Amino acid sequence: MATTTTLAKAADGTESAEYAARIEHVSKSFAGPAGQQLVLDDITLDVAPGEFVTLLGASGCGKSTLLNLVAGLDRPSAGGISTDGRPALMFQEHALFPWLTAGKNIELALRLRGVPKSERRDKAEELLELVRLKGAYGKRVHELSGGMRQRVAMARALAQESKLLLMDEPFAALDAITRDVLHDELTRIWRETQVSVLFVTHNVREAVRLAERVVLLSSRPGRIAREWTVGIPQPRRIEDTAVAELSVEITEELRGEIRRHGQH
Amino acid sequence: MASTDTTRPAGDRDAKDGGDLAGLEAGLDALESVQQGRTPWRQTFVEKILPPTVAVLLVLAVWQALVSFEIVDDPTKLPAPSDVWDVLHQAWLQGELLGYIWTSVSRGLLGFCFALVIGTPLGLLVARVKFVRAAIGPILSGLQSLPSVAWVPPAVIWLGLNNSMMYAVILLGAVPSIANGLVSGVDQVSPIFLRAGRTLGATGLKGTWHIVLPAALPGYVAGLKQGWAFSWRSLMAAEIIASFPDLGVGLGQLLENGRNASDMAMVFEAILLILVVGIAIDLLIFSPLERWVLRSRGLLVKG
Repeated sequence: MATTTTLAKAADGTESAEYAARIEHVSKSFAGPAGQQLVLDDITLDVAPGEFVTLLGASGCGKSTLLNLVAGLDRPSAGGISTDGRPALMFQEHALFPWLTAGKNIELALRLRGVPKSERRDKAEELLELVRLKGAYGKRVHELSGGMRQRVAMARALAQESKLLLMDEPFAALDAITRDVLHDELTRIWRETQVSVLFVTHNVREAVRLAERVVLLSSRPGRIAREWTVGIPQPRRIEDTAVAELSVEITEELRGEIRRHGQH
Repeated sequence: MASTDTTRPAGDRDAKDGGDLAGLEAGLDALESVQQGRTPWRQTFVEKILPPTVAVLLVLAVWQALVSFEIVDDPTKLPAPSDVWDVLHQAWLQGELLGYIWTSVSRGLLGFCFALVIGTPLGLLVARVKFVRAAIGPILSGLQSLPSVAWVPPAVIWLGLNNSMMYAVILLGAVPSIANGLVSGVDQVSPIFLRAGRTLGATGLKGTWHIVLPAALPGYVAGLKQGWAFSWRSLMAAEIIASFPDLGVGLGQLLENGRNASDMAMVFEAILLILVVGIAIDLLIFSPLERWVLRSRGLLVKG
């Protein structure tokens, strides 16, 4: 049976949940030109509170589909997903609303969460300060650079005060220098806020640079192929030897997965 | 969670990175931000004001030449610009000029406001409710191509020769434009905004109010602009066809009076006023509104 539950307090209701997201035997198929096409096959994955997990895979592994399912934007064909509250979601596009200023974008998130009007302004300024954009409150989206937009988007996502932050290749469209800086920022913010992160990417080094745990998905259909626990202490650098070594190992595995598709 | 692996020693690098990162980021932000200043007044004058002024003066010169060199020497066909000016000046001195303009403009704007109140919810319904769209969407876009003059005869028969009939004609002209503008505005809303809205919790009416309507504003404003043009045209048609002394003299009646009196200068006066008022309302209200909407979203490309 397919279920999407937003549950999650522990039985006594006082303790916080033992997971930020629990994905159990989830499958998803779409109606394609050749009948039902299986995109995700029997995915089981837990994200612990405060944990940083990256989902890694080549095109067609259904990683964005999985993220949509966790976000509740779509329903699984089979299996169940439960999350600790409604997760926040960040996209590759900043998805900021251009008719609002940076600050008002964050305030809209606060307002939709039910934060009273009197507190919103201060809270928004606080969040902008967290992403080091003090003074950007009144800026229009088009006046900000790509990196600044993604930081505002991050602040807006954090404004939801979700236990879980879902990120769908949020830095893929940025230049390398900005991406490095945003990796550092994300690591810092993750450690400061204790939020759990489920981060989707096809960039192996990015996955290793950021995560405590890297989950490799195979393609068509997406299945969990392998998992690595990344023990390298933070803050890491993308050019660190330890990051590079693990990346080589994971890349080999990923290439093996991709090669299998050429043999059919 | 693999806890032992993730205890992170807060070493020297941690502290150093913190300071460096803030500086690096400030540098990147400064390098990548777009600086935009206001265009100097002189440039605005040369690029925006001078060309249309020259064009108008050219038309006046050709007009005057046609009369002066007696290429057209029948003043009942083509009056001299000076004659038209005299008629305008006379009307101004007698205090009637503003009266003509106000009669028509007040009708036009009031009718437009009614059209706004009806067209907006109608457009929203068509855009958001599948059944309504299938039912009346095609009719609504079809109505845009129907000249609103066609509504004058039935409006006179239904409502009589009065202001209600004028408003009815304006409504039938402007409502489809406004509604269609909103529909195309909503259709063009980027799906990413809708997804982002949903993850923030903006669903149903909240989604419509906070996401769909503001996102559709550029299309809506374009519809308003067109709606005003249609209102003004419809009103003029109604005033010309249904001129009746009790209705007061608006610009359309002025034109019709000129025709009845075979006074070509008066006819030209009326045509000029209709043109100038239509352009003026657009330049004073709708164009600035449109520019503001587009500029605030970074959609107005300079140069």
